Amino acid sequence: MTILVVAEHENGAVAPATLNTVAAAAKVGGDIHVLVAGQNVGGVAESAAKIAGVAKVLVADNAAYANTLPENVAPLIVELAKGYSHVLAPATTNGKNILPRVAALLDVDQISEIITVESADTFKRPIYAGNAIATVQSSAAVKVITVRTTGFDAVAAEGGSAAVEAVAAAHDAGISAFVGEELAKSDRPELTAAKIVVSGGRGMGNGDNFKHLYTLADKLGAAVGASRAAVDAGFVPNDMQVGQTGKIVAPQLYIAVGISGAIQHLAGMKDSRVIVAINKDEEAPIFQVADYGLVADLFEAVPELEKLV
Amino acid sequence: MKVLVAVKRVVDYNVKVRVKADNSGVDLANVKMSMNPFCEIAVEEAVRLKEKGVASEIVVVSVGPTTAQEQLRTALALGADRAILVEAADELNSLAVAKALKAIVDKEQPQLVILGKQAIDSDNNQTGQMLAALTGFAQGTFASKVEVAGDKLNVTREIDGGLQTVALNLPAIVTTDLRLNEPRYASLPNIMKAKKKPLETVTPDALGVSLASTTKTIKVEAPAARSAGIKVKSVAELVEKLKNEAKVI
Repeated sequence: MTILVVAEHENGAVAPATLNTVAAAAKVGGDIHVLVAGQNVGGVAESAAKIAGVAKVLVADNAAYANTLPENVAPLIVELAKGYSHVLAPATTNGKNILPRVAALLDVDQISEIITVESADTFKRPIYAGNAIATVQSSAAVKVITVRTTGFDAVAAEGGSAAVEAVAAAHDAGISAFVGEELAKSDRPELTAAKIVVSGGRGMGNGDNFKHLYTLADKLGAAVGASRAAVDAGFVPNDMQVGQTGKIVAPQLYIAVGISGAIQHLAGMKDSRVIVAINKDEEAPIFQVADYGLVADLFEAVPELEKLV
Repeated sequence: MKVLVAVKRVVDYNVKVRVKADNSGVDLANVKMSMNPFCEIAVEEAVRLKEKGVASEIVVVSVGPTTAQEQLRTALALGADRAILVEAADELNSLAVAKALKAIVDKEQPQLVILGKQAIDSDNNQTGQMLAALTGFAQGTFASKVEVAGDKLNVTREIDGGLQTVALNLPAIVTTDLRLNEPRYASLPNIMKAKKKPLETVTPDALGVSLASTTKTIKVEAPAARSAGIKVKSVAELVEKLKNEAKVI
């Protein structure tokens, strides 16, 4: 068995999600190859070659793969996939965009967001916003899978010395083009990789009040997230949303501030090691999953917390 | 242009589902069913395109059980012109649904197909991308803004780092994210009118589509329960617990 892991990369570096995906591949067992597709990604390929447990890095460096447009990258993966037993990608927006396209072209089902590997063909994945866990078995010749990164501890980014091999194939479907990006800039840790996450909900009242959370987060070295209610209300941008359809996080400590705890939000954070809830409504469902609950006005509790930590 | 919208009948998003005692699936007996929330956003977007004069006809399609006619009628009440039900058993995998939709696309020749980005039951997030693969169309997934500009479609997508805009050739596939629009409610007169709009039923066989799957579900379990912890009385007590008991700060 040989497994192809589609690397996630940004700004010329391997994204942490790739390391969790390689960890899932290692659980499947067999040789692990990593595909780096993009433009000017030689440096990414060099880094990917150092990932622990990787046997080979395939690098497809071509203008057609810039911005990883699925119309162009999917045919590349399909062409390569024939030699592999599994194709894995992290369940990031990028992985979710490309991999189903690959699966359909290979005429196989895709298995989405696995959280455990039971065997080389059997996996567990959450359904119904994590209210049920399905065990699924695949009979596909090539198993096409996205990996929920919080389910697998990252492998070491250093220590390997894989061979790097160029892939000549250039696929340019010519039906889509990248226009532009508005990326959030933040000095705080990335939400899905942070050890501590402080999240705010509708109870924050407005976007300006999130400054209380930013101050607390900076003192803790934490990332800042939000519930869907806070994003829908326009308090903060979409990239901060934690939940069933936003980002899935599982930090050491999750501090939910002014968040009631809809099941769609719990789906995105209930695997956190320690959950703290601060809410003035003592009946809020968030308290049913919180290790430590504090019934209090957040505008008093958060500044006090910031002073004491 | 003709717009095709795909919708799915799912457990209502307010229902907390329970796993069956025999671990064969979740218990759907006597549970409220609704249109998948992302599909409601897809219907709304098509209706807005029609109101702007961009869309000329909206065809809504569902691949599912006979009872999915309810959701198709809802879409008709919201402004779709006609409906097609591809009648099939429950629990189809995304690829099977995408193949059925491909057959409908071949027949209807829409310029734009709008789908929800994921269904809240299977949480797969696959069908739109698979339909794009099977048709060879460009895809704009997780859309928060859709604009027709000449013969191109500009789609702003919600991605992990923020927002990305792509320009797609038509025909194209769009999958909706939460903030694309806020769906309206159907008015009573429109619900009455919808009963008279055409709803055609076809079988996968008649479309020449195989619903074969390479995946089977072995069991479905309840997740490990997370028990409620304790309530602390003050911020000072909270900090003390986090430092000395949980040791996370």
